[in-house]
Amino acid sequence: MIRVAWLVARKDLRIELRSRVLLWQVVPFGAMALLLAGLALGPVHAGHSSAGPGLFYLVMLFVALLMINRSQVLEATSGTRASVAMLGLDPAGVFLGKALALCVELWATGLVLLAGTVLVLHTALHGAFLALPSVLVTLAALACAGTLYGALTAGGEGAATLLPVLCLPAFAPLLIAGERSFSAALDHGGLWEWWVIVLVALVAYGGVGILLYGVLEES
Amino acid sequence: MTSGPLVHLVDAVVFANGFPLLSGVDLDVAPGTLNVVTGANGAGKTSLLRLLAGLVPLSSGEGSVCGIDLARGDLRQLRRRVGWLGHEGSFYADLSVAENLRFCATALDRPISQIDVVLERVGLRARANTITKQLSAGQRRRLGLAWLLLRRAELWLLDEPYASLDDQGREFFDDLLADVTGAGATVLVSAHDPLRSARLNVASIHLAGGRVQRDEP
Repeated sequence: MIRVAWLVARKDLRIELRSRVLLWQVVPFGAMALLLAGLALGPVHAGHSSAGPGLFYLVMLFVALLMINRSQVLEATSGTRASVAMLGLDPAGVFLGKALALCVELWATGLVLLAGTVLVLHTALHGAFLALPSVLVTLAALACAGTLYGALTAGGEGAATLLPVLCLPAFAPLLIAGERSFSAALDHGGLWEWWVIVLVALVAYGGVGILLYGVLEES
Repeated sequence: MTSGPLVHLVDAVVFANGFPLLSGVDLDVAPGTLNVVTGANGAGKTSLLRLLAGLVPLSSGEGSVCGIDLARGDLRQLRRRVGWLGHEGSFYADLSVAENLRFCATALDRPISQIDVVLERVGLRARANTITKQLSAGQRRRLGLAWLLLRRAELWLLDEPYASLDDQGREFFDDLLADVTGAGATVLVSAHDPLRSARLNVASIHLAGGRVQRDEP
């Protein structure tokens, strides 16, 4: 399973490096969204607003949806789907590999947008550093949930429409917990209760994905 | 090697979205033979090959491929033993020729050193570092062949492989199929051209209305 996961993750990341969709499309989109959020708040409120963590996660949600779609599109043509199916890869390994690649992409984007939050929304740099571990874990849980729901909608008509609708109930608790832990880091408050929620979600979505990805692929 | 027929279907029926793609196929294919599947558009050629590849489920009837039951067997295991070449693009467009083959070889535990050998065989050695989406349709066909050669599959299922090939490519393809069957593999190849089986001097499996009519060469 680990060998397959590594193989699939390397393949997805290599395709991403080659196509540069993340670099030229996704990251600029996220940066633009953050900038617009800062402009919408205005110069006075942007500097003093507590909305920074929430806006960061809202933009990350949009970015994650784009990247989940992209991750599934790589396998979407029926020819590629059949060819890869003929390799008889362990579906648990495929799930882990795709989730890992998506996670790395989300982390890279998240770091850029976190820096953008500090620059554009004037979020405290020290607080952003404190929030970094919880951001990374939250994005990892988003990657697992997104890979699972991406497979659920893959190949179907209107997948791009269905994906956000299906993801919303799964993403909402993650975003709330992520935003709360980020805010707690800025206020030097307690982080553990929010960490627990995110870690449980990470383990739950990872476990469900490992168990069910094969069924989703076959269907 | 499986004793008896490598492919065995009895009254095999395949439904998709309530529509019968195959409506009672009886078929035996002996190991080490080259077979051409012919028929009009919509006759069920692709569906038959996809059934044998374990890509679509058997709705009713009986069937086995490489000794694996199509209804109750491990289809993932079957897929590892069967080579499939569809008529659509089958590779990651943003990976190079060599990267696509390396992915396949690693997944199937085949030696990476074989990649150069199969690329030489299909005439793509000079294109090893070319991004797949920059290949012509005919070159992508050859990449598909390289993928199959790398797999060393017991059963080759080729769906319209002659499309997009020039005369030289078709001759190359015919020679290659003769070689692999000579080496013990079994090949089923679908073709629109009814003369293809005569050119290959093999039996054709003629499909009409989702059923098989078998002709002798």
